[in-house]
Amino acid sequence: MTKSSIIRSVALGALLATGAIAAPANAQDSVYFANNAYRTGPFSGSGIPIGDGMRDYISMINERDGGVNGVKIVYEECETGYDTKKSIECYEQAKSKNTIVYSPWSTGATLAAIPRAHIDKIPILSMAYGLSASADGTNFPWVFIPPFTYWDGASLMVKHMAAELGGMDKLKGKKLGLIHLDAPFGKEPIPVLENLAKKYGFELKIYPVAAADMQNQGSLWLSIRRDRPDYLYNQGWGAMNPTAVKEAIKNNFPIGKLVGVWWAGGDDDARAGGPEAKGYKSLNLNAAGQNFPAIQDILKHVVEKGKSTTPKDKVGENLYNRGVYNSMLVVEAIRNAQKLTGKKVITAEDMRRGLESLNITEARLKEIGMEGFATPTSISCTDHSGHSKAYVAEWDGTKWTKPGEWLEPLKDEVRPLIEANAKDYVDKAGNWPKRTESCEKSS
Amino acid sequence: MSDVAAQPTPNLLANGWIKSGLIVLGLVAAAIVGARIDPTGTIHAIFVDPFNQMAQAPDLLAQTIWEGLVSGVLYALIALGFVLIFKASGVFNFAQGIMVVFAALTLVGLYEKGVPAFLAVVLTLGVMFALAVTIERVVLRPLVNQPDIILFMATFGITYFLIGFGEAIFGGNPKQMIAEQLYLPKGAIDLKILGGIVSLQKIDIAAAIIASLMIAVLALFFQYTRIGRALRAVADSHKAALSVGISLNQIWVIVWFTAGIVALITGIMWGARSDVSFALEIVALKALPVLILGGFTSIPGAIVGGLIIGIGEKLGEFYWGPLIGGGIESWLAYFIALGFLLFRPQGLFGDKIIERI
Repeated sequence: MTKSSIIRSVALGALLATGAIAAPANAQDSVYFANNAYRTGPFSGSGIPIGDGMRDYISMINERDGGVNGVKIVYEECETGYDTKKSIECYEQAKSKNTIVYSPWSTGATLAAIPRAHIDKIPILSMAYGLSASADGTNFPWVFIPPFTYWDGASLMVKHMAAELGGMDKLKGKKLGLIHLDAPFGKEPIPVLENLAKKYGFELKIYPVAAADMQNQGSLWLSIRRDRPDYLYNQGWGAMNPTAVKEAIKNNFPIGKLVGVWWAGGDDDARAGGPEAKGYKSLNLNAAGQNFPAIQDILKHVVEKGKSTTPKDKVGENLYNRGVYNSMLVVEAIRNAQKLTGKKVITAEDMRRGLESLNITEARLKEIGMEGFATPTSISCTDHSGHSKAYVAEWDGTKWTKPGEWLEPLKDEVRPLIEANAKDYVDKAGNWPKRTESCEKSS
Repeated sequence: MSDVAAQPTPNLLANGWIKSGLIVLGLVAAAIVGARIDPTGTIHAIFVDPFNQMAQAPDLLAQTIWEGLVSGVLYALIALGFVLIFKASGVFNFAQGIMVVFAALTLVGLYEKGVPAFLAVVLTLGVMFALAVTIERVVLRPLVNQPDIILFMATFGITYFLIGFGEAIFGGNPKQMIAEQLYLPKGAIDLKILGGIVSLQKIDIAAAIIASLMIAVLALFFQYTRIGRALRAVADSHKAALSVGISLNQIWVIVWFTAGIVALITGIMWGARSDVSFALEIVALKALPVLILGGFTSIPGAIVGGLIIGIGEKLGEFYWGPLIGGGIESWLAYFIALGFLLFRPQGLFGDKIIERI
């Protein structure tokens, strides 16, 4: 372990170094894509599988197809340690190297980048994280948040609860608890849950967890024992998640009633609870496992050829596949931008157009070897999210499974809130640039 | 008569305890009056309602105090690691947190390599000893007699070195603590008392016992042995200790190794409650309010301070947290500590510093 890890880190360093050197040399037939990663720090448990999935899919496209229509993607990671201050350095670095899209990988980093990107004209792809209000494309032409927002997630949680109870009318008088990381990311679902609680007559209990107490949740779970919520929604991240799973078991909270946001669905998060974690649930946007042609291609062209640092058995884990999904969106948007502009080597502005008219259909998913891996999603000029479907994944003791169907979020509830909040954001920002970018027809 | 009147009256308010007693009495009186005037308002919610809750559900109160007690003992253990090093070298060891991570990762890493669990513990202790010797040789020895702030900054250096070194060796992936292999108990004992169930986790009981034993052994060791006396001499003055033939280097290795042992036990206990990752580093910072409260130089201070902070923050979070949206325990600990400092600026058991000009 020791030796191979060192070799791995050295290899990674070398890989990054060659990437950096290669970028200017191959500028003619390559595009540069900067991705924030956090392989270190308190959140590395979630950051490593995501980074691995993102990198391996891009490597696979480069290895198998020679890039997107012959244009290689020069992929470079910038280590943030999940620290917003460092993410700003990473943003500046990405900008100076002409990245075609910026991938912040934390809600704090996204919030910091949004005002900058609108001036620098760099599209931000915050895949199922970030500012929910940025789904309003009219006010946020440079931000994309497919396939759905945290607000969609919160509405899905309520929908799931209603489905198990036997209908939306059964929500009345029930109690839903929200455990959340006390950070911008954790607080995102609160407005939607408050609205829905009012509308459907259930009670919302909020349990914040300070980052310093991520692993020290004793008194929080005592409060849960006192309040006896019927369901718990966990908007947690990093070491907070395995702790929550363990505490739920310790406090005899029915594990099947604990549902994590999609970021609380790491294999390591659930594994921490041991056999008793069986039944723990998490919202999900991608399937887990290796049984998809695209994942098989990653194994064949990248992992088995020794061109990846990912251990073979980690390929196909839930968060790994999440990273793959994110890279797939990038690749498809590049392809779309090439089609729209007729250029091979696209710019950041072309990429924005590519993202804004991205339409990933069932047929397209099949073509790229991801049938059943995710649901179709499409972005439009006004809707930068798509509000696509998710499913409630269940931990079977060793892996994540998909026991139910894909569920549609309560878009009618979420959308007005997004538009109102976007307007609020723009008003508060003062002289927010008016959208001048023209709309693209969906491809 | 006039002579007597001219004498300065003794200033009762200068005595911290009397002052604090008066303030507490005042607060209680205000609360009682306030609650009478306003039976449903804020004052009632702050001063009466939580106590009603305690009386109505004594099982939950007992459970809260138990949780606080366990956390308190663990905080005390971490605080002890800081106190020992502070006593010996006058340095706040910023690296204590990363030492927890490093010790826990070494233990789990060795086990993953196929080393039997208990041998892995022994080997980890060996690694922590080697670390102590290295720190003494490479960092402390060249800095003897430098201002304390230089040594303090050097512990920052140690921290960042260990983070990088640890990540290079073990990687950033979280690992599972080998609690079962170390025969740490699982499950809970449910006591049917006080009209409800008080559930005591066996691992928490084990943690409380092991940490208490550890604290007792350390306290006795540094109180009654030759090395302990030497440590206290070093704490008073490096130069004076050197002049009577105490080996500063030896003492430093011993306290840093002891801090390493404390780090390993802390790592095992917290690792078993969550997982073993670099996030554990944050846990050590929970000792800060304990140190403020207990004083940086007092072993009993660390113990009593740990218990006060542990129980205080859990009670505060559980009964008063909901009033302002919860999640208050991370700053409440400092609040409690500062409250005490108002009356005893040197900490509960800290040395009163009298400097004459």
